Amino acid sequence: MLGRVHSIDTFSTLDGPGIRTVVFLQGCHLRCRYCQNPDTWNYDSPTARVYTPEEIMAIVKRSQPYFSFSGGGLTFSGGEPLLQHRFVREVFKHCQRESIHTAVDTSLYVSEISLMDILPYTRLVLADIKQMDPEKSIALVGASNRRNLENLRLVDANEVEIWIRYVLIPGYTDHEDDLAQMAQFIRGLKNVTRIDLLPYHTLGQHKWQMLGIDYELGPVQPPQPHRLIQLKRYLQEKSGKRVHIPS
Amino acid sequence: MEAWTTFIPGPWMDEINVRDFIQKNYTPYYGDSMFLAPPTDDTYRLWEECRDLLRRERHAGGVLRVDPDTPINITSHRPGYINRHLEKVVGLQTDEPLKRGINVFGGLNTTIKACEAYGYELDSRIKNTFTTYRRTHNEGVFAVYTPEIRTARRVGIITGLPDSYGRGRIIGDYRRVALYGVDRLIQEKEADLLELNHAMRIEILQLREEIFDQIQALRELKQMAQTYGFDISAPAANAREAVQWLYFGYLAAVKEQNGAAMSLGRTSTFLDIYINRDLHNGVLNEIEAQELIDHLVMKLRFVRHLRTPEYNSLFAGDPNWVTEAIGGIGMDGRPLVTKNSFRFIHTLENLGPAPEPNLTVLWSKHLPPDFINYCAAISIKTSALQYENDDLMRPYFGDDYGIACCVSAMRMGKDMQFFGARCNLAKLLLYALNGGRDEITGDQVGPKMAPYDDQFLDYDDVMHRFKVQMDWLASLYVNAMNAIHYMHDRYAYERLQMALHDSEVRRFMAFGIAGLSVVADSLSAIRYARVKPMKDERGIISDFKVEGTYPKYGNDDDRVDSLVAAVVKAFISRLRKHPTYRNAEPTLSVLTITSNVVYGKHTGTTPDGRKKGEPLAPGANPLHGREENGAVAACNSVAKIPYEYARDGISYTFSVAPSALGTTSTEQVNNLAALLAGFFTQGGQHININAVSLATLKEAMEHPEKYPDLTIRVSGYAVHFIKLSREQQEEIIMRTFYKSI
Repeated sequence: MLGRVHSIDTFSTLDGPGIRTVVFLQGCHLRCRYCQNPDTWNYDSPTARVYTPEEIMAIVKRSQPYFSFSGGGLTFSGGEPLLQHRFVREVFKHCQRESIHTAVDTSLYVSEISLMDILPYTRLVLADIKQMDPEKSIALVGASNRRNLENLRLVDANEVEIWIRYVLIPGYTDHEDDLAQMAQFIRGLKNVTRIDLLPYHTLGQHKWQMLGIDYELGPVQPPQPHRLIQLKRYLQEKSGKRVHIPS
Repeated sequence: MEAWTTFIPGPWMDEINVRDFIQKNYTPYYGDSMFLAPPTDDTYRLWEECRDLLRRERHAGGVLRVDPDTPINITSHRPGYINRHLEKVVGLQTDEPLKRGINVFGGLNTTIKACEAYGYELDSRIKNTFTTYRRTHNEGVFAVYTPEIRTARRVGIITGLPDSYGRGRIIGDYRRVALYGVDRLIQEKEADLLELNHAMRIEILQLREEIFDQIQALRELKQMAQTYGFDISAPAANAREAVQWLYFGYLAAVKEQNGAAMSLGRTSTFLDIYINRDLHNGVLNEIEAQELIDHLVMKLRFVRHLRTPEYNSLFAGDPNWVTEAIGGIGMDGRPLVTKNSFRFIHTLENLGPAPEPNLTVLWSKHLPPDFINYCAAISIKTSALQYENDDLMRPYFGDDYGIACCVSAMRMGKDMQFFGARCNLAKLLLYALNGGRDEITGDQVGPKMAPYDDQFLDYDDVMHRFKVQMDWLASLYVNAMNAIHYMHDRYAYERLQMALHDSEVRRFMAFGIAGLSVVADSLSAIRYARVKPMKDERGIISDFKVEGTYPKYGNDDDRVDSLVAAVVKAFISRLRKHPTYRNAEPTLSVLTITSNVVYGKHTGTTPDGRKKGEPLAPGANPLHGREENGAVAACNSVAKIPYEYARDGISYTFSVAPSALGTTSTEQVNNLAALLAGFFTQGGQHININAVSLATLKEAMEHPEKYPDLTIRVSGYAVHFIKLSREQQEEIIMRTFYKSI
């Protein structure tokens, strides 16, 4: 079995607890208008590298001292890692044997089967909520959020820890009604332990240009710091969960 | 003896044995930083005056004043003060703060040039004395240098040799002054001298003369203290005296010597014993204890030497490497962390960040977690700490070693080293291809061989040629070092510092290499890709075409990381073949300070694709932009360099934006602590931590006035960022910064 990998970062502190190795898998079916990594969209990209689960494990295991001191582990991100769920599952099985913490960073805009395939080996799901409003979701990411929300309930029902990630895009996702709706939904998920509010930024824009795709979110500016703090408090209060913004 | 009452007795009373005193009497501290005290009003006011002086020094172009008329020695200058009413610890090198003395014994020409650079003229009588009556170290060395060594120096295959200024890197055990008082130290030296009465061979005569000089220096130390109103013949009786006695010892050393690196040693836990006793007796409180350490540190931040502009271009930012080693673990397993370890680090909060003293945390997996977390938090706040692996060094050096300069462990009072700067292995690799001709000047410098003639570079062939050139360089390097240190002992002997050592010391000869990562990547390109050499009109290979990809150092890839280890091993084993002055043990460091910029300037295009004139990577760092798999992979690559073959130290500088360490400040602290633990358990020896964003550095380049205190660690020490040259600043900005996207 082989995985198609976009890149590997052996030092991330923002994709789960502790110091993490993040394996970015190649390929995504969503077309989020604010995507930072459009270079991970095309599954067949010639720049992708191919690894066996054993090869990935050899790299991951080199970080074991860092994991054990920090409570870190392996995170699959992407792209949409669950498009290669069988590969993820295989690597996570190895991790379970080595007592390495496993996380997957997913949009959850994926099939129930692919999700159920990995959940038994997954300690943490970093779950995107793109938009609570179905219409707005289609406009923003090109797909309805029905599956996303159903899958979140499924993860919760399987007693796997969830961190919610929500990208705040001024004019697109920062309406208080959107947040209120999301807070209400999250309140019902008992395994959500944390929400990260990620301010939209423009650092990925040059990749769109390099790939020759029009970046339609062009004129949007990152949210103001005070607005971020305001929304963090609002969301915390409404959801009853711990909310983080970048320091 | 009254000063010693209440101390637990032991062999330390009958012999000079500070370690035994510490082990018997110190109290490990396992708690957190909550006990620490803020600066007192006096500290605040005094530091304000200091800051004002530092501002004036900066505006004056880096040097406030020079005394060109009085060669500096232990007793040369009247006592100097910053503000007599506020200073809890007294003593300056000259009679005024930041006024630099002239130390002529290292070299007359250097002194003349340094004076001229800042608009002063060296007193003509001094010139006359040192031309007519007295030879300097520098002239001694050049009297014996061979033409070959001069050429090697000129083309920059070896650079920064201490042949025209003090060699430094020697750490007096200044604690001895406080614990024993100077009279006892003199008695011990007199006894040593009496013992040395057998077989008067040259070695014995040399040592006898040295001890004779050491005793004289100790007498002068007493006189110097006397001018400040202190009699330091007897042991220090309380904390304030202990700090003051110890500082007098250090002060006398930096008056007598202008060595590049003048470490303080390992003093914080020693001093804690005195502070603890005074706290216990109710004669000192925590606020006063912190005040003492704050004032000591202010003094250490005011150490100055007069340098030439060439020196500054190699080692920028006016560094003195007043290195203080903090923490570590005792042989009995107890951490050597005390409350005073915290107090030293806390000075970075009370006085703000600064490069000096060069605070060095000796890391061990057995250090108290609260101490590690405090260090990590201060690193994130100030970027002013470096960390070294006590678990790695302790088996070699025991539990009472200090750090000379940046990364060189030395047992306190028992080891000394002959400092040897570094040679440029990247350039040497080009010599291997060009049959010993210098790729810049075209001169024949290394041993003559047929220039490389095949269409593609063959790994085995290149390695063979490289080793031939290494044989030559190792031999030349040892010869140069023997000449330098023979003359330094003869004309600029460190009387006072060596008086604070045992009479019989272990000596190291500390060689160094620059350009290691460029060599490794070049060899990897030759081995795993196809490298086509291109000759210029002189017939010298001055460019390369690389076809295909190859593993690069910094990605935790054994194929290339093993080449790094092989190069280090090949070079040290060649150095070890040659006889050394005073039978010193050869050691090797992978450390560049800021000199990687200058070395790069004098190195042609290398097979790894680095262009002529571009900087080499600092120390043991991978070359910027070559790390493709993130920081842990880079750390793991560096950690593979075997300490066994580079026992003078392996310096790694790690730069990260604080936001990339985690979302909350607690996460940031925990993750940095875990990063250190991971790196060191993988076998890393040294790491500098810079927690600063690239945006801040860029802003500081444009608006230096807004960032007078911005401190950043370069290979092995710290500098005020704004004191670096534009080129050096750009090189630092170019380095890999781990940031979050």
